[in-house]
Amino acid sequence: MAEMRKITVTVNGQAHTREVETRMTLADFLRHELTLTGTHIGCEHGVCGACTILLDGRTARSCLMLAVQADGHAIDTIEGIAPPNPDKNAPMHPLQEAFRDNHALQCGFCTPGMLTTIIELLRDNPEPTSDEVRIAISGNLCRCTGYQTIVAATLDAARRLKAEGRKP
Amino acid sequence: MKPPPFSYHDPRTVADAVRLLGSLENPKLLAGGQSLMPMLAMRFVLPDHVIDLNKIEGLAYIREANGALEIGGMTRQRDIEFSDLVAAKHPLLREGILNVGHRQTRNRGTIGGSLCHLDPAAEQVLVCMASDAIVTVAGPNGERAIPFREFPLAYMTPALEPDEMLVGIKLPLWPAGHGYCFLEFARRHGDFAVVSAAVLLELDAGGKIKRAAVALGGVAAVPLRMDEVEARLVGQVASEELFREAAELCRAVEAIADVHATVEYRQHLAAVLTRRALVQALARVRRA
Amino acid sequence: MSAPSAVRSNRVLRVEDADLLKGAARFVDDLHLSGMLQAAFVRSPHGHAKVLSIDTSMAKDVPGVHAVLTRDDFLPHLATEFIVVGLPSPAYRQDINRPALSGLEVVHVGEPVAIVLADNRYIAEDAAALVMVDYDPLPAVGDPREALKPGAPLVHSSSPHNLLAEFDMGYGDVDAAFAGAPHVFKESLWQHRGGSHSIECRGDVAAYDSFADTLTLWSSTQTPHAARSVLAGMLGWDEDRIRVVTPDVGGGFGPKLIFYPEDVAVALAAYITRRPVKWIEDRREHFVATTQERDQYWDAEIAVDNDGKILGLRGSIVHDHGAYTARGVNLPYESAQTVTLAYEIPTYQMNVKLALTNKVPVTPVRGAGQPQGVFCMERLLDRAADELKIPRAELRRRNLIPGDKMPYTKPLKSRGGRQVVLDSGDYPKCQADALEKAGAADFAVRQAAARKEGRYIGLGLANFVKGTGRGPFEPVTVRVDPSTGQIIVYSGATAMGQSTKTMFAQVVAEQLGGDITRVTAKPGDTGTMSMGLGGFNSRLTVMAGSSAHLAATKVRDKALLIASKLLKLPAEELQIHGGQVEAKADPSKSVTLGQLAKSVAGVAGFVLPDGVSPGLEATEYFVVDDMAYANGAAAIEVEVDVETGGVHINKFVIAHDCGAVINPMLVDGQIVGAAAHGIGNALYEWMGYDDNCQPVTTNLGEYLLVTAPEVPLIEVSHHESPTYLNPLGVKGVGECGVVPVAPAIMSAIEDALREFDVHIAQTPITPGEIVAKIEAGRKAKA
Repeated sequence: MAEMRKITVTVNGQAHTREVETRMTLADFLRHELTLTGTHIGCEHGVCGACTILLDGRTARSCLMLAVQADGHAIDTIEGIAPPNPDKNAPMHPLQEAFRDNHALQCGFCTPGMLTTIIELLRDNPEPTSDEVRIAISGNLCRCTGYQTIVAATLDAARRLKAEGRKP
Repeated sequence: MKPPPFSYHDPRTVADAVRLLGSLENPKLLAGGQSLMPMLAMRFVLPDHVIDLNKIEGLAYIREANGALEIGGMTRQRDIEFSDLVAAKHPLLREGILNVGHRQTRNRGTIGGSLCHLDPAAEQVLVCMASDAIVTVAGPNGERAIPFREFPLAYMTPALEPDEMLVGIKLPLWPAGHGYCFLEFARRHGDFAVVSAAVLLELDAGGKIKRAAVALGGVAAVPLRMDEVEARLVGQVASEELFREAAELCRAVEAIADVHATVEYRQHLAAVLTRRALVQALARVRRA
Repeated sequence: MSAPSAVRSNRVLRVEDADLLKGAARFVDDLHLSGMLQAAFVRSPHGHAKVLSIDTSMAKDVPGVHAVLTRDDFLPHLATEFIVVGLPSPAYRQDINRPALSGLEVVHVGEPVAIVLADNRYIAEDAAALVMVDYDPLPAVGDPREALKPGAPLVHSSSPHNLLAEFDMGYGDVDAAFAGAPHVFKESLWQHRGGSHSIECRGDVAAYDSFADTLTLWSSTQTPHAARSVLAGMLGWDEDRIRVVTPDVGGGFGPKLIFYPEDVAVALAAYITRRPVKWIEDRREHFVATTQERDQYWDAEIAVDNDGKILGLRGSIVHDHGAYTARGVNLPYESAQTVTLAYEIPTYQMNVKLALTNKVPVTPVRGAGQPQGVFCMERLLDRAADELKIPRAELRRRNLIPGDKMPYTKPLKSRGGRQVVLDSGDYPKCQADALEKAGAADFAVRQAAARKEGRYIGLGLANFVKGTGRGPFEPVTVRVDPSTGQIIVYSGATAMGQSTKTMFAQVVAEQLGGDITRVTAKPGDTGTMSMGLGGFNSRLTVMAGSSAHLAATKVRDKALLIASKLLKLPAEELQIHGGQVEAKADPSKSVTLGQLAKSVAGVAGFVLPDGVSPGLEATEYFVVDDMAYANGAAAIEVEVDVETGGVHINKFVIAHDCGAVINPMLVDGQIVGAAAHGIGNALYEWMGYDDNCQPVTTNLGEYLLVTAPEVPLIEVSHHESPTYLNPLGVKGVGECGVVPVAPAIMSAIEDALREFDVHIAQTPITPGEIVAKIEAGRKAKA
């Protein structure tokens, strides 16, 4: 029989307690147990980066963690990047705005992992060069954009954050 | 691509982990998960028990003691990358770490996990091989030390008993100002190397090579220490010509073929990267 | 063509983005239905084998498993078990169609033989491993050239041979041209392209409603209407019992236009179990079960005069078709068709053979065979230029179709039998522009300087012409909602990341008030549109965009007509602005679009405004059979590390012409993204198989997609030669960027390595192969 365990995980600031099968990946837990479907699954073997989340503030591939390993930890997903707002036209996070303004997404499937990865980058390195951005996102596959608008959006977001005196 | 069924254990001490290792049927240790989790997803490994080391206290540290850099087995690659101590004392390790995967994988991946997975193209494995590292393993009868040259037994097979686990690594330090270079050729940024070379150099006051360490990764089923190359170098005045001659010896290594490279190409890269790494290492030597 | 307004030819931000950026988009795996079962497939581990028996008993005993279905369970429900989708062609020698589930003989690794339905995917995979299939392995053949030889193993044991189809294409007396030619140069080329690898794999959710006796399939497909039609045919149902909905799609790139065994299996599983069923393809399945482009082997020769003018081109292609027909002969047809397009070539002849192989079927991936045709042409031109000692660009310039000869009729027929007419464009100008922006003028100086530093740089060039906007039509309905005044656009068009909703919003808003936020596009649902073809072949802006333009124009005219009656003002004095129709002279005299729609929505017993027909909506089926030909040129500078064989791209310029540009930001995005795909095709992507037809690159560590550091900054230069073929003057753009990349990169590598006489007759090329060629060149010189 399936081995179960009770875990409590704080996701986007909200604590969730669930009984989960111990072999369930963190990605599946977020998507199917918490129905936070913004985190996407693209390869399930740790290469594509679409499932990247922030674990205690640092990026991790959620397909390469078990949900039980997140017990007692804090996780941020794409749904938590901008504060929830019933107004659909409310401003998003400066990085999200920069993505839209620079056409840094097409199908948008890799976007959640790109955003979480770049948020960590901008926290570690608020004014990256374009080469540094390319290396930072080298673990995130995108088949649509050819990456250059993502690089442009990241540099743009860095400028916006600096101008606003805001941390990512 | 979902992990197969298994029982999950998360011991809090090394002793508990070792006890579980010795008593459970078909167990597998889970460190950073960057290699094991894909293998579970592909069902290449089907363990009955997964023993998660992440809740064990005291296995993540970087410190200098007795002329060596000591690193705990569960130390994350990220922490090695950002360690001032590593950068100052063992720049080869730092240079190697920068080639390991990507930010997300280094945040989770551990040095102990990589060493035990023992991919012959793995950067940390090669640095340990070049550095004459000492692996500390814990078993039912306490700890023992394994010189890294004796650690790889065969392709992805470390010299660990079934009831033993790696708990730490000691990297003997080279004198301040030594030359070093980690160089790899990978198809894409962050990939495992097709071939990688790690070099350490120490010169004497007269400019001759006093000591050299040359290791190759990705070429063969296990990482290689190139004793013949080192022998050719020691006692000689460093020069491009010497490096070229010595590096050419690498063409004779017994190499493997896979989807990325043929035997001949790996041998060729071994010679090219060794020469380049020697040149770069020499350029970095700070003479007293 | 009508003159575009600001909203239709501007850098407008996308309407798709907000949801995608907030994690609020809805991809098929985000759909959860109550009581839903999760599916996993049991797949063939063999390239070729007889299926002796399938024992599902152990799998059925796994707790949480609800059903394990095989061919035998499906047959009673199927009017035909075969997926018959081959496009018409007289070239076929055999009809080889995929079954819903294979039960007698498997012909490629990954072919599905059973579907397991369980409480979750974990359990489904556990049980799939316990389905015991007794196989009797048979000889397999993977190399299409070997497959066509006498005595080769048969891909299907019931087939007489492995030739799936054969055809000839051409015009003029090519043999006479060659007989009299002062120079003939021959090349044997291996061309490989890999998988699509959209970051979202395929996926289906199916639900059968026993109350209504209807089935809904949510599918990550580029062609929902085709899916409905195939599914209805297989089930023997009226199409109106089936609704296919395409939710947000995480990239298509070609293979998602195909209907798959998994699609019918999931639908049938939902029907048989009376439970909703979800199947999400995982990446390993994507490698073995989603169609790919793979190998073409070309023998081609070119005849030229002393000035480098082309006299003729002839050759043959052997095309790896895979184990079944999943689309048709279209892919190699486009390969052969594309060869000559950019140039004046008086005679041409190409023989094309499609060989069955024991591999997953081949169907178009972004570019659809056209990159291969261009690769052949451009490699032959480089060869001719080098042999004749004419600069590569100059030789091309002498042969490119000049702008003043447009429209230019090619003596070729499209696959639908239409005359090929290149509608517009200035090809030499594009080439000159790309070269100038790549710094060709002083490249020789830079190359010599680099060489002195021990660096090997080279400049490569390739031209292309690509057929876009495949007809015959794509219907669009534009409707003003009577309750809200919102403008709704329905279409058979399908969005898979190429900004189709924004395109609709721009084209429709241009006619209806200029505010794109008032337009809601809902493409890709058979429940809202009775007909449709879908998204492929760079066709949606051309076909659906034109229909949307015409429909919006009709709605505009009608809105003005009704408003003129309500406001008692002549229509000419009115304009649509925002959500209302207002008097130009006095905007306070106005009526909202919603009020107008309501006024013609009908009230029982009351008359409509004088002379106006019911409803503020229009449906248009813009029909065009001729394709619009986009063109361009890529100029690429590389640096080759002659010791490692590593190739670094220093500069990448693509000048292109896709007719009128609706949104330059989106056009740039399409070009750059496709160009990156082309870099992968030239230097990284390879779908490998061993001699037993076992795939050897089945994960994303072995199969190399380009990541950000491998892709240089790609500079795009727009040229706009509007086509006369549609009211917007547009041509397709989605695939264009991929087409010239591989030949331009090979050209650049050769240019960098001239002193080693390196010659490249393949794509992709690996660093190891480059080193081997350099070594061979050194030895030959020594």
